[in-house]
Amino acid sequence: MEKGIAVEVHNLVKYYELKLGFFKTLVTRQVPYVHAVDGVNFAVREGEIFGLVGESGCGKTTTGRCLIRLIEPTRGEVLFKGVNILSLSLEHEVRRLRRKMQIIFQDPYESLNPRMSIYDIISEPLRIQKVAESEEEISDRVSQALEDLDLVPPEEFLYRFPHELSGGQRQRVAIARAFVLRPEFLVADEPVSMLDASIRSEVLKLLLGMQKKLHTSFLYITHDIALSRHMCDRIAVMYLGKIVESAFTDDIIDKPLHPYTEALIAAVPVPDPTARRIEVVIKGEVPSAINPPPACRFNTRCPHAMDICRKKEPPLMEVEKRRLVACHLYGSEGAKR
Amino acid sequence: MSLLTVENLKMYYNTIRGDVKAVDDVSFTVGTRESLGLAGESGCGKTSAALCIMKLLPTNGRIVDGKITLDGTDVVKLSDEEVRQKIRWKRVSMIFQGAMNALHPTYTIGHQIAEAILTHENVGKKKALERAGKLLELVGMEASRINRYPHELSGGMKQRAVTAMALSCNPDLVIADEPTTALDVIVQAQVLRVMKELQGRLDLSWILITHDLSMIAETCTRAAIMYAGKIVEYGEVVPMFKEPLHPYTQKLITAFPSVLGPKVELSSIHGFPPDLLKPPPGCRFHPRCQYATEICRTKEPTFVESGKGQYVACHLY
Repeated sequence: MEKGIAVEVHNLVKYYELKLGFFKTLVTRQVPYVHAVDGVNFAVREGEIFGLVGESGCGKTTTGRCLIRLIEPTRGEVLFKGVNILSLSLEHEVRRLRRKMQIIFQDPYESLNPRMSIYDIISEPLRIQKVAESEEEISDRVSQALEDLDLVPPEEFLYRFPHELSGGQRQRVAIARAFVLRPEFLVADEPVSMLDASIRSEVLKLLLGMQKKLHTSFLYITHDIALSRHMCDRIAVMYLGKIVESAFTDDIIDKPLHPYTEALIAAVPVPDPTARRIEVVIKGEVPSAINPPPACRFNTRCPHAMDICRKKEPPLMEVEKRRLVACHLYGSEGAKR
Repeated sequence: MSLLTVENLKMYYNTIRGDVKAVDDVSFTVGTRESLGLAGESGCGKTSAALCIMKLLPTNGRIVDGKITLDGTDVVKLSDEEVRQKIRWKRVSMIFQGAMNALHPTYTIGHQIAEAILTHENVGKKKALERAGKLLELVGMEASRINRYPHELSGGMKQRAVTAMALSCNPDLVIADEPTTALDVIVQAQVLRVMKELQGRLDLSWILITHDLSMIAETCTRAAIMYAGKIVEYGEVVPMFKEPLHPYTQKLITAFPSVLGPKVELSSIHGFPPDLLKPPPGCRFHPRCQYATEICRTKEPTFVESGKGQYVACHLY
């Protein structure tokens, strides 16, 4: 059974122009760019949690923000229910879109206005979108939103300020704000990475509960592949602005195909002392996105790098059923491992 | 004999609203070439306990009671000057949390490592720089990097540099406070491996402070789990992870998703850690514990040994 597609991304590109000093601008012929996102394609199906996994600087956050137009991409298409949202130019059109698409930010200490009460914070989207008929309706929906996130009784939280809440409670307020408009698509950018372990899983459970209840489609951005295993239906692994592998979560965790995915999984510490194995499969760190390595961007660190990896960029293609990998090891030119 | 023994340590912070009992009756030992993991949530007192060993307390903090014995000398009784000359960096050094972001931006890495050597030892500048280069090689960097400035290095390299700095005066014990939290998984694995290798090569003991229990599982031989200023479980890592005794440890271990093994539901702990100004009576974990009974609310549990050198403070045992 094929589900409908909620959001489709075609060839998304975002380059940031590098700001040079005055003298350098005089001598430099070509303006350098940071290739944050460089030709990314994927689709999030309806009611699905799609994970975007990668190390810092791989472009996962930029991708997430481009999807709801918090960042204007350089090129590409983002289709939401068949409409290319990047072609919308009028403000009210974009605003209407935000009713359907929302985001949860990483840091609940920065994403909530310290001068606004919890009531103001959660009711703000309702006011901007003018979806409530009366003040009572706003107040009802705010209370409901708080209850949904287990911030009970709501009256106890309504008139408090962010600094009076713990990190976990703050993040739940941020989630309540994202859900109050009943969006169809949500971008969750590392929503629990700032929280303590014991609180983390509770927030994740609430998030999963809301997702089931409202059948929201999710783009879940994380650096933690173990966490994505727990949360996501499908995942895409990003490296230096490109997707290197994409498939159903269990398939990737059980048998990663791309050497980078393999390394990423091997590097995660496991809570089992008998399984001790700090295996560092790859050396060095992510190269700069200003001058990314030519051809396959992973070739500088890849233990299997061949000649072709330095000459030709591997396309993202289906090598097994429902498994997309961008690696010459699996192409016709490379010998299959 | 163990290198470091901490007995009944109590450390309080003075605040306007009263004393915050950050470390309340904590005891543990670290043997030679051993690595101890100190785990717990933020605010449980794990960093405060480590600062006591170095006697690097903030002005409103004080050691109220207890003994910290390092190789036979009680650190608590030493004067500040004695600690500075004899203990700090020479015997015990520390990699502070976020230290890689606290490197001085306008001095080279080599200069900053040499500074630690010059402060504590009577050697010339040239010699100190030479040693700085050797230290960088020890942590897996090229010696020529001593001429680099912090902004020229990546996160992993900076973390290696502060590790080298901690090793600069050949300490016996290094306390690493969340050494990898700001790093990506692959780099984290690289840094942890360097730390493990050094332990064997230099006869080092480590105290690893972290909130991530899987890191302790991978690097430490023993672990102490702290909750609200107290150690709730203490013992060898292997039996502890196989069969955690304290309800808090059980929850903490399963709160992290794993990439190995079957997919299990993550456990969560209801509620929030207590306010250390007014910790709950009896067992401090009882408001969040699913097994809490009447006795937990009134009487504080004492440590019981449960065989295999595993100690737990819980009325269930």
